[in-house]
Amino acid sequence: MPEFTLDDLRRILRASGGVDEQTDLDGEHFADTSFADLGYDSLALLELVNRIEREYDLQIPDGDLAHTQTPREALTYVHARLTEARV
Amino acid sequence: MSASGIRPGRRGRSVVTGLGVVAPTGIGAARHWESVLSGKSGLGRITRFDPTGYPVRVAGEVPGFRAAGQVPGRLVPQTDRYTHFALAAAEDALADAAADPATLPEYEMAVVTASSSGGTEFGQHEMENLYQKGSSWVGAYQSIAWFYAATTGQVSIRHGMRGPCGVICGEQAGGLDALGQSRRLLDTGSRLVLSGGTDASLCPYGLVAQLSTGRLSTEDDPARAYLPFDAAASGFVPGEGGAILVVESADAAHARGVPAYGELLGYAAGFDPTADGATRLPVTDDAARSAPAPDATRLPVADRAAQPPAPSRTTARRSVLVSVIRRALADAGLAPGDVDMVFADASGTPAEDLAEARALTEVFGPGGVPVTAPKTLTGRLYAGGAALDVATALLALSAGVVPHTAGLGRPAPGCEIDLVLDRPRQTDPRTALVLARGHGGFTSALVVGAGDRNALRR
Repeated sequence: MPEFTLDDLRRILRASGGVDEQTDLDGEHFADTSFADLGYDSLALLELVNRIEREYDLQIPDGDLAHTQTPREALTYVHARLTEARV
Repeated sequence: MSASGIRPGRRGRSVVTGLGVVAPTGIGAARHWESVLSGKSGLGRITRFDPTGYPVRVAGEVPGFRAAGQVPGRLVPQTDRYTHFALAAAEDALADAAADPATLPEYEMAVVTASSSGGTEFGQHEMENLYQKGSSWVGAYQSIAWFYAATTGQVSIRHGMRGPCGVICGEQAGGLDALGQSRRLLDTGSRLVLSGGTDASLCPYGLVAQLSTGRLSTEDDPARAYLPFDAAASGFVPGEGGAILVVESADAAHARGVPAYGELLGYAAGFDPTADGATRLPVTDDAARSAPAPDATRLPVADRAAQPPAPSRTTARRSVLVSVIRRALADAGLAPGDVDMVFADASGTPAEDLAEARALTEVFGPGGVPVTAPKTLTGRLYAGGAALDVATALLALSAGVVPHTAGLGRPAPGCEIDLVLDRPRQTDPRTALVLARGHGGFTSALVVGAGDRNALRR
């Protein structure tokens, strides 16, 4: 099963949504700050989800991940889907 | 108030207090102006893609632009290069005007830019993803990056400017139309407008889309590829970049205690359906229409377009450019003799150059006014071209010189204009007329006057 870590999430976020002075992907609160508060809107989440789907060969239904959620919630969700895909 | 946010209102003075330039002549108004004065060309063989195999291989590229350093990080992957240029230029223009949007009422600030082809390079990249990899590879930002209003929207969001924003698509005349619109907005409740335009279509898709006009130069020598009003004229060179200007009501600028490069004195636009490439319609001339609105120059473009055309037989030989120039002068309250320099559209195609020279001769008399085209240094920047010309005109007024048109050799026969060649003229011009024509017939003129910012004087 492919790994999906917070670092993978950071890497994909950087490539898809970019980072600037308003976003701190390396801070201690990153995992528990909502994507919206990190500066990512719904379009940024759409792009993030697209890239996770392509890279990890997953289908993520619309609405399962939203910009109101946190990176940790996204991580938990993707782990669950990867586990499902394995069985 | 209409849906466009435009109300009839009093006419106040509109001044330009800040300039942001991203152009083949350099990034920043100061560097651009140095290049203009020294005649330093930004034209060269295209490097943004391999132009081998394309009929056009020379262009004006912006040197040394690094989006990562000049554009907010999140907006780099989310927007096209033409928006990157505008974001960087807007930031510079606001700093130049010493304007901090956070301290101004958000609904009294607006953004109006010109766009000619939208986010072309971004769109090409996503189309490549579509046909090479499949639809799931098309980025979500394609939905907002390609379209004409993308730049206005991103600049508006970036600076919290929530007044009446818009985009004007008038091809290469659009930069003047955007500034004309900014003046209207200042009359109707806005105090500060970011205006101007940028373009960045130097990708295969963007270039090929322009080839159909037949106006691009296929000359391989950058020094010979764009020679408007010259006997060797062979079309124009495309370029990228443009300018963003801070336009304020004179009262607002005065209250902030900032000087102005100059004032937007008069504006007019028309449409020339006889322009090559336009749909062949009966010739119309809006000056000859039976009952023009007394302040037709102040109407939004769409309102004017809705007016019925006049019968063609009475106006068949009238030049739309002549009438647009005269209406812009009338709007400024100036006579032809009051104009100290003209920044020509300078198409680079012989027939259009001749038509422009004849229009200038008709209004000003043979050799009646110094004419210049510093755009030979940049190529034609589409939506960014006229905006950059206005920035250059304002810099020239501030510096008290008429910049020259670099690189020309022998004037084309029939062009009876006083073209400023070889070196700038130190004649302390106080007014400038800027002309712009866009593919299909867009025809616009803007008159600018000198302000009280003269740090550039030597």
